[in-house]
Amino acid sequence: MSTSTDHGRPDPEATSPAANSDGRPVSDRGDTVCVIGAGASGLTAIKNLREHGFGVDCYERETGVGGAWNWRHDRSPVYASTHLISSKPFTQFPDFPMPDSWPDYPHHGQVLSYFERYADHFDLRSHIWFGTEVIRVQPVEGDRWDVTTRSTGGYGPERTARYAAVVIANGHNWSPKLPRYEGLEQFRGEIMHASSYKDPAQLRGKRVLVVGAGNTGCDIAVEAAQQASRCWHSTRRGYWYAPKYVLGRPADQVNDTLLALRVPLRVRQWLYHWTLRLTVGDLTRFGLPKPDHRVYETHPIANSQLVYYVGHGGIGPVPDVARFHPYAVELADGREIDPEVVVFATGYLPRFEFLDASVFGDSAGAGRPTLWLNAFTPGHPTLAVAGLLQPDSGLFTLSHWQTVLFARLLQARRDRPERAAAFAQRVRDRAGERYSGPVKESSRHWFEVGHADYLRAIQRALVELEGK
Amino acid sequence: MSTSELRIMRGREWSRPVRPARREVLSAVPELEEGRPPLLFVPGFGHGAWAFAEHWLGHAASRGFPAYAVSLRGHGASEPAPEATLRAYAHDVVQVAASLPRQAVLVGHGAGALVVAHALARYPARGAVLVAPVFGGWGVLGAALRRNPAGTLPAVFGGPLRLNRGQLFSRELPDEEARRYVGRLGRAGRRAQWALLGEPEAEPAVGAPPVLVLGSPDDRVVPASTLTRVARRYGSAPLLFPGMGHDLMLDARWAEPIDAILDWLEKEPAAH
Ligand SMILES: Cc1cc2nc3c(=O)[nH]c(=O)nc-3n(C[C@H](O)[C@H](O)[C@H](O)COP(=O)(O)OP(=O)(O)OC[C@H]3O[C@@H](n4cnc5c(N)ncnc54)[C@H](O)[C@@H]3O)c2cc1C
Ligand SMILES: NC(=O)c1ccc[n+]([C@@H]2O[C@H](COP(=O)([O-])OP(=O)(O)OC[C@H]3O[C@@H](n4cnc5c(N)ncnc54)[C@H](OP(=O)(O)O)[C@@H]3O)[C@@H](O)[C@H]2O)c1
Repeated sequence: MSTSTDHGRPDPEATSPAANSDGRPVSDRGDTVCVIGAGASGLTAIKNLREHGFGVDCYERETGVGGAWNWRHDRSPVYASTHLISSKPFTQFPDFPMPDSWPDYPHHGQVLSYFERYADHFDLRSHIWFGTEVIRVQPVEGDRWDVTTRSTGGYGPERTARYAAVVIANGHNWSPKLPRYEGLEQFRGEIMHASSYKDPAQLRGKRVLVVGAGNTGCDIAVEAAQQASRCWHSTRRGYWYAPKYVLGRPADQVNDTLLALRVPLRVRQWLYHWTLRLTVGDLTRFGLPKPDHRVYETHPIANSQLVYYVGHGGIGPVPDVARFHPYAVELADGREIDPEVVVFATGYLPRFEFLDASVFGDSAGAGRPTLWLNAFTPGHPTLAVAGLLQPDSGLFTLSHWQTVLFARLLQARRDRPERAAAFAQRVRDRAGERYSGPVKESSRHWFEVGHADYLRAIQRALVELEGK
Repeated sequence: MSTSELRIMRGREWSRPVRPARREVLSAVPELEEGRPPLLFVPGFGHGAWAFAEHWLGHAASRGFPAYAVSLRGHGASEPAPEATLRAYAHDVVQVAASLPRQAVLVGHGAGALVVAHALARYPARGAVLVAPVFGGWGVLGAALRRNPAGTLPAVFGGPLRLNRGQLFSRELPDEEARRYVGRLGRAGRRAQWALLGEPEAEPAVGAPPVLVLGSPDDRVVPASTLTRVARRYGSAPLLFPGMGHDLMLDARWAEPIDAILDWLEKEPAAH
């Protein structure tokens, strides 16, 4: 693992002195672009910016690459058993395939080694300052940015450097979303958010309640079925529990076949409902609520084991939690259960603690910025976000193309300013655009995207930027 | 590269990935790691990695370049694959390239150069070298039919393409060696062979790698006009080695072209 001591680092002393509005020294990094985070999205940003001829300084608060997939990282949401839910062909970067010898759905350790190899292959580490946290990003004159950093954990002095552009790739699966309940403080059992769930040993032999049926909640419910003495799974609605394989192939590849044929959403939904009916069948017979939406209207769940364990009695589906009592949990239907451990797999919220929320058009500060292509901010042509997407597929291909588009936009600013200006206008006109069919209102769904719709939108944006 | 050609949507590849096949990779690496980019040699149809293991791999390593050669599926010691397509071959090349420790230079020979051209659209190589490139089309077929009708005609009907000594080597190469090499030739998949006739246009390369084209004006498989045409596509002129046959890596004066390639890599700033 590299540390932040070797070559290629910006040296504040060596560059021309300037000062920011508080009069503190700022080292001017000229045309260099700053990338925040060295997870999947940050790494591909470094690679693609370098490939388009830009200098890059990347700041990463951890001591290694891989972001969420590096489960040694204190904020990693990954647990021992995590495997990809999206199969290899679409999950991998489009220009750096995962090895043929890996399974359809690689383990998180393989995914991490994939990012490590990507970083080494394209020599990205020499552009990364590890153990360095970005604490402030401020717009300054000329569409440039002052980025203030310090050692992770708040040690050492703050340093500010001025950049021509910034890519925010800080991830959105690290800040837990914790629901509030009446009586929660008085509850005597153990309470945790899924982000601190790492290993099934934490559940062994205990009575466990899992709240939430995103992919995390479903995985943990399955592990509880295998390890705990009892497992209840609480959901506030019914879902479509899709298996990882349908018709003999990874489910997302079957979906991509239909997308490639441009089969309309309604028909795909109908086919999917029909396939599920033939495989898992009608789940209400197990006491699961009937979905209150069509498939693809909530973030897809890919889990072949959940229904299996429900069918074997290992998982007991229960409705939403109403309130907590010291030794019991009361459910919405009035029933009481007595778990020893409650795991809230209620998801995460995006957070940009280093940026004034108004820059993002997120005046409420709710981590819900108004962007075009989920990446570009009106009025700030040199700022981009990478990876702020909740795709119905893998994420890495989407981050790759986002950062290619941004690199080309920066080239256009230099070589064809009138094109860049037209792009900026489109950002203003189209901010807030959505790239999915209708979705259920939920804090996790405002950035849900259909990968085909989204990539077509990126393709159009590239053509508009550079085409005739 | 213009964006009208940049392809983001790849529905077929996402839904129908190429089926993996076991691959043979031969290598020669320098004793001392000198930070030079690895080279990946891609043999043409009928040849295996062995064709580069004879001279070029060792020579490149002796000049400090880690050198690898892959046998496309169905060739050399790789898994048999009678139904292989051009797409599967390009997949094999990208898989090996991505498995190397650092960004690689792709070197394709004969129809292997066409495979490389396709691979360049899927992998940002540090550079590429196209040696005696066979990019297909009826012209190449015509030349082959004229020079070696008995070896070429069956290929038109899906049979094996048999290249002969006169097409592959100069007279300087001792007969015995030439016979040994010709005896080792295999065949490409029928569908891939046919694809050559359609002159399959490769998508533009990603990452704008520098591309060098070289060959021999006396090559009896690839006419000099083809060298010029391919080189022009990549914005340069071909480097020529008169008096050599099509198999520049096996012919008597094999050292001259590989030295020229390595000199070019040392000079080419983008290829470092
Ligand atoms: C359990 C789980 C399973 C998942 N499975 C899949 C899957 O199968 N397929 C898929 O495509 N996606 C999956 N995801 C989504 C996952 O978020 C993405 O795969 C991917 O990790 C996102 O990469 P990223 O680079 O955008 O963010 P991250 O991986 O979160 O990386 C962000 C990086 O930025 C750094 N950082 C943050 N703030 C700062 C700061 N202020 N200063 C410096 N550095 C900072 C962090 O340390 C981190 O390294 C899964 C998520 C979870 C929780
Ligand atoms: N590769 C893998 O195996 C894997 C594993 C885990 C996660 N992931 C990915 O990681 C991301 C995060 O997934 P996640 O499962 O952690 O979070 P998530 O998708 O946001 O799911 C959260 C779940 O909790 C429910 N919930 C939220 N707030 C609640 C409340 N106040 N009361 C009751 N229920 C509440 C949600 O219900 P609503 O339906 O009402 O929103 C939803 O079912 C997703 O992109 C996911 O695909 C992948």
